[in-house]
Amino acid sequence: MKIKGKVWKFGENIDTDVIIPARYLNTSDPEELAKHCMEDADPDFSRKIKPGDIIVAGKNFGCGSSREHAPIALKAAGIGCVIAPSFARIFYRNAFNMGLPIFECDGISGGIRAGDVVEVNADTGEIRDLTTGDVFSAQPIPPFMQELISDGGLIPHVLKNL
Amino acid sequence: MTMAEKILAAHAGLDSVEPGQLVEVDVDFALGNDITAPIAIKTFRQAGVKTVFDRERLALVSDHFVPNKDIMSAEQALILREFAAEHGIVHHYDGGESGVEHVLLPEKGLVVPGDVVIGADSHTCTYGAMGIFATGVGSTDLAAVMITGKTWFKVPRSIKFVYKGNLSPWVGGKDLILYTIGDIGVDGALYMAMEFTGPVMDSMSMAGRFTMSNMAIEAGGKVGLVNPDDTTLNYVNGRAVRDSVLYRSDEDAEYARVIDYDCSGIEPQVAFPHLPENTKGISEVGNIPLDQVVIGSCTNGRLEDLALAADVISGKKVSKGLRLIVLPTTPTVYMQALSAGILATFMNAGAVIGPPTCGPCLGGHMGVLAKGERALATTNRNFVGRMGHPKSEVYLANPAIAAASAVLGRIASPDEL
Repeated sequence: MKIKGKVWKFGENIDTDVIIPARYLNTSDPEELAKHCMEDADPDFSRKIKPGDIIVAGKNFGCGSSREHAPIALKAAGIGCVIAPSFARIFYRNAFNMGLPIFECDGISGGIRAGDVVEVNADTGEIRDLTTGDVFSAQPIPPFMQELISDGGLIPHVLKNL
Repeated sequence: MTMAEKILAAHAGLDSVEPGQLVEVDVDFALGNDITAPIAIKTFRQAGVKTVFDRERLALVSDHFVPNKDIMSAEQALILREFAAEHGIVHHYDGGESGVEHVLLPEKGLVVPGDVVIGADSHTCTYGAMGIFATGVGSTDLAAVMITGKTWFKVPRSIKFVYKGNLSPWVGGKDLILYTIGDIGVDGALYMAMEFTGPVMDSMSMAGRFTMSNMAIEAGGKVGLVNPDDTTLNYVNGRAVRDSVLYRSDEDAEYARVIDYDCSGIEPQVAFPHLPENTKGISEVGNIPLDQVVIGSCTNGRLEDLALAADVISGKKVSKGLRLIVLPTTPTVYMQALSAGILATFMNAGAVIGPPTCGPCLGGHMGVLAKGERALATTNRNFVGRMGHPKSEVYLANPAIAAASAVLGRIASPDEL
């Protein structure tokens, strides 16, 4: 699996209230949630991004609540994947369960600038900054997890195999 | 083995486990609320399964946006109600029976020492105070448990905290956990089992232990455990609907880290915007005028917390222009506070008393902040926009600090009254 897109950068400890504020949790509709993705950090974010764009952030991405609405909002907004040195544990599980690819990569937030075009190879974990030529190394996603992601998440994957 | 390892081994049918090992475990109890259960229920229905794994081992608690905050929230609560009726879910809590889930479940004896509990809410770790391996998961993981009664875990490494010394006046569980998070950071215990030990824990009440375990997630912890003892048993006796199993860490158990704290030097803590790790001692706070104070939540909304705050505020008035909102966390807590005169004390001071609900803790309702407003709360998070407008601020503290602050209109210690 390869993912290619323009980079949007965020800082450390991006929490689930920033990813999708609780005031929108009276719905679980992906389209609705997508509109408010990252709203308190950047009010126009969901309108600015193109499908397949990539978030690069600092450590502990997704900290805070267990709300699955967070990866749902990111995926529905069109985010291709999130790259960070570390992820909060509930968000980590939820992202895979929702079919949102995430990559753990040390040193990533220093090396890539907002607006760079980046290509990620899930098989090898190689992250190539096409704008600068720099290459980074992330944890690859094993084939069974890639299948889970391309099926659309845990449940579609389980139902497909019933 | 550590407590965490013992509980997981037992539930995986293994003699022992090691950190890093992936195990499949039987779940003793599962939980979802009005925000997270609708997704789990929809997923469950999609799977076409006819019955839940055990209709007596699942709690559906409407507590976040209730009494119904708006039409969409009403529809979410309705989804829980319909599913509970359809599937004969014994532990569905709504209306006058409902309370904040992480106070309600222990109160009703639904979760007992030795359990593995998963909940679609990050503060499920609260039950660790009872010697329960309890952790938060997303709605889809909850749906999978509703179907199979099992889930998988990577066995966490354990980090041991040893609390020694004498507690200063007004210092309790909230201050110790804030101090700890301030020390190790919001990812200081990422993926790990936090274990709270030492003589200070031995003499701490259940309420204080619940407060500490509740905020394990704010340090990134998977669980926040207290070794069960007589205090635990006294709490559980007469309440538990199932038998307890007491798992305690071995003397020679291996920990990734051991951190000792001399509590004699710890003052009441205040977490400044916008991270729970941004802590200062009360003497370093300076002049921070407030617009709102909230006393409640799964962190500090138990009877003991309300009683402490009432003691501080008794005979005094809330500062003019400041809103003090008090939210007893369950019908039982509310009734006990009423009978003990605690609610009258708050009313006489000029507080707003609300129903059991999570409400303002997550900026939902019952006390949302406008642009530029500042609140101090006995809650657990103060991220940007947590209690309302992205340009509002939330400070976290214990109930005694909250009460004193409500009177003086700024962040203050009861010693200043």
